[in-house]
Amino acid sequence: MPWDRNQMAARAAQELEDGMYVNLGIGIPTLVANYVGDKDITLQSENGMLGMGPFPFEGEEDPDLINAGKQTITELSRTSYFDSATSFGMIRGGKIAAAVLGAMEVDEEGDLANWMIPGVLVKGMGGAMDLVAGVGRVIVVMDHTNKHGKSKLLQKCTLPLTGKKVVNRIITNLGVLDVVDGGLKIVEIAEGVTEDEIRAATEAKIVN
Amino acid sequence: MKKIYANATEALDGVLTDGMLIAAGGFGLCGIPELLLEAIKDSGAQDLTFASNNAGVDDFGIGILLQTKQVKKMISSYVGENAEFMRQYLAGELELEFNPQGTLAERMRAGGAGIPGFYTKTGVGTVIADGKEHKDFNGETYIMEEGIFADLAIVKAWKADDTGNLIFRKTARNFNVPAATCGKICVAEVEEIVPRGSLDPDQIHLPGIYVHRIIQGDHEKRIEQRTTRKKEEA
Repeated sequence: MPWDRNQMAARAAQELEDGMYVNLGIGIPTLVANYVGDKDITLQSENGMLGMGPFPFEGEEDPDLINAGKQTITELSRTSYFDSATSFGMIRGGKIAAAVLGAMEVDEEGDLANWMIPGVLVKGMGGAMDLVAGVGRVIVVMDHTNKHGKSKLLQKCTLPLTGKKVVNRIITNLGVLDVVDGGLKIVEIAEGVTEDEIRAATEAKIVN
Repeated sequence: MKKIYANATEALDGVLTDGMLIAAGGFGLCGIPELLLEAIKDSGAQDLTFASNNAGVDDFGIGILLQTKQVKKMISSYVGENAEFMRQYLAGELELEFNPQGTLAERMRAGGAGIPGFYTKTGVGTVIADGKEHKDFNGETYIMEEGIFADLAIVKAWKADDTGNLIFRKTARNFNVPAATCGKICVAEVEEIVPRGSLDPDQIHLPGIYVHRIIQGDHEKRIEQRTTRKKEEA
């Protein structure tokens, strides 16, 4: 059985180490917060907050307290607030240890596309380009194939890039792959999935 | 110098011109200068360019100025919440310059600090880098981005004193600080104006030197995505 969304998030949470400052993207990456356990992780929200807490209880929503996905959230005892220039100063300055992000495409060079489909969808890159250029480690969490069954792990990205040679590790519903010299390396296979299945679902060159 | 004005319309009197560049604070609908945007709509000013992280939603924030076709161009990082924006952009009626969010914030900060250009790694190898100067530092490639020098800045804060010192609340600070600094004139709307001496000087987020006009008003403070959890049964 391939991993479901929660299992992918749980696997991504294993990447995080005690003491890390981490930025989680929208979608499955947001679920990673549910699986950090006892580890001392500080979540950054790039709209200007370190120490992001869970959603508020009903009736306690504060319009002045949202995350980068514009959802209402809460603060913790460790929380600090700051402006957007300071926020991206710490991102660009390499102070954030890791980012966990969703993606439309990743290729064998570690190029990442997750912000634009030309002519179809105009949304914008938000903080994604700054994050992938600045943080210590970029972990992509996404399905291995798109809804048409086509691989999202490509030889070369076809969509406009978010960053070039920026991805370190990819966690999909089928397993875990690292970007290494010459291509992608399978480092883990989801229980019940075969290596052949991963290879068949991967267009990018696999080096092991 | 008196900085306090009676309302948003009076605070914008004499500073709005067609075709101007306005830097606006806010992230999503959080901490946006909603009263000043309403007053800009009422003024009828045309062909405006906004440097603002987002474009509001259809009926709130900068979205209300899109409805009236007062916006010529947006400089933004993310506009996914606004259907009218997408319609106008895909129809070629609206110019759009996407900036990575951190680049946009730094362009404002730089403009406010008198820095016309800076180098960043953000966007290297993407369409953002097209046509921009590339330069290597210590073996890494960077692109040059330019500071934003806005004609006007409009921001929203929590409290101000009558000298313009501002305090923001929680994540509503966001782009308000860099936006405020990069305007030739900055107009701030706040929830409460207090007498000088009542704010702790050590806790001021934005010194009054950056703030030229202030209004106090009632804010809707709309929530874009209300997310909650249930209280567990005891």
